[in-house]
Amino acid sequence: MIKSNILKENPKMKILEGSMAVAQTVKTCKPNIVSAYPITPQTHIVEDIAQMVADGEMQADYIKVDSEFSALSALIGACATGARTYSSTTSQGLALMFEVLFNASGMRMPIVMTVVNRALSAPLNIWNDQHDSIAVRDAGWIQLYAEDNQEACDLLPIAYKVAEDKEILLPTMCCMDGFVLTHTFEPVVIPEESLVDEFLPSFRPDYVLDPENPVTIGAYGGPEIYTEFRYQQHNAMINAEEKIERAMNEFGEMFGREYNLVDGYRLDDADIVLISMGSLLGTMKDAVDDMREDGVKVGILKITSYRPFPKEKIYEKIRGIETGIVFEKDVSIGMGAGLLNDLKSSLYGKKQTPSLYGFALGLGGRDVTIDNIKDAVNKLKTSKLDDFGFINLREEVL
Amino acid sequence: MSQSKKDETIKLIPGGITGPKTTIVNKTGSWRTFIPIFNKEKCNKCGICGIFCPEDCITEDEEGHRHPDYDFCKGCGICAEECPKDAIEMILDSKEG
Ligand code: SF4
Ligand code: SF4
Repeated sequence: MIKSNILKENPKMKILEGSMAVAQTVKTCKPNIVSAYPITPQTHIVEDIAQMVADGEMQADYIKVDSEFSALSALIGACATGARTYSSTTSQGLALMFEVLFNASGMRMPIVMTVVNRALSAPLNIWNDQHDSIAVRDAGWIQLYAEDNQEACDLLPIAYKVAEDKEILLPTMCCMDGFVLTHTFEPVVIPEESLVDEFLPSFRPDYVLDPENPVTIGAYGGPEIYTEFRYQQHNAMINAEEKIERAMNEFGEMFGREYNLVDGYRLDDADIVLISMGSLLGTMKDAVDDMREDGVKVGILKITSYRPFPKEKIYEKIRGIETGIVFEKDVSIGMGAGLLNDLKSSLYGKKQTPSLYGFALGLGGRDVTIDNIKDAVNKLKTSKLDDFGFINLREEVL
Repeated sequence: MSQSKKDETIKLIPGGITGPKTTIVNKTGSWRTFIPIFNKEKCNKCGICGIFCPEDCITEDEEGHRHPDYDFCKGCGICAEECPKDAIEMILDSKEG
């Protein structure tokens, strides 16, 4: 691991609520325009930013709006004038943005947004799962998932750097689990502002809305050009993989904290690989440590980048492992779940791939314990299972 | 841009950024089902049709009469609806003509 000088000079580690840490990191990225509509459990992030703007600590304009639809629309306008922009939302707010998500990506606006993961209605539920962001995976946004609050912070400057790259120009969601991360106090190092300045060049797009040099952005595109729009977005997303990797490496060198598109944990000699995204990974690591003590050869594959989906890197990590278990806080109703389905599709036709099983758990904020993870592994070893199912189901109410 | 004739090959800048006035290139007249026919005899030159036309495609001649630009008139019929003199008639457009 490469340690930067700054890390040797005693990093300023603070105990901060996840939302506060994210807000303070947003400040270091110096967005010109912030627009958001408050919604639980994202509220603290945007409240903290609004407070810093009101106190003159953060040099940004905060546009107050009537809805999430307007928040993201305002940012498209701002971004088109060359402003660096930020928003944050969750669940119903993200759902209300649906139409605008596709516009932001189609118009290639590098907006960065923290998506606080929360369950979707109905039933009304304010608690954590990842159904919201998984459901918009096809909107043409880069999606990165944070395991802990430090990562939720650090992914922000990385996101801006990749999103604003002229070969990419894709909006980016930095996803973090609602409550589990946003409302939890953890030790974090807020990226140093001077280093962020160095890491993240200012946003200078080639084309901006300017009355002196008028251009049209977001015009009608008929059948003769629509396919080419999608083709360019698709390629930009695929190319983003290398850019994210490069940005993460550069970030590691400067800040001393290492990130990867995908990461292995105790994988080297594993027979079973547990796969997931987000805060669930912490619980899974504890479960794996316990199971390793009992002699079970189990490891973890952590997915940080869900879009782009790093197919080859995933294959390299899990090639030759017998069994894979995907733990997911989402369901593609009637057809497995997002990560499970994407893994299967990306491994299809390859040799030495694990048999994959998916489990939905932790939906609508239900606690996931170390025992839940261990039970799932044991169940798989002792009985024949469908390729997808729910664990920790309350059979007595059904 | 009509699908049949492509006058010049342009490079697609990511996000589809183009010069201003793209609506001049996109000739929406081909969408039309009904075509407005203006009757000079009935017209009092008030200009209301032009104010309401969503395509802003109605122009005025030296005498003050109004003429739609059929390259852009999409046949919505708003002008006919708003004309106080009933001077505009919407008739089924013929694709041949
Ligand atoms: S039919 Fe509609 S588009 Fe055509 S001239 Fe009348 S108002 Fe304008
Ligand atoms: S609204 Fe009718 S009367 Fe008035 S200018 Fe137009 S066509 Fe003539």
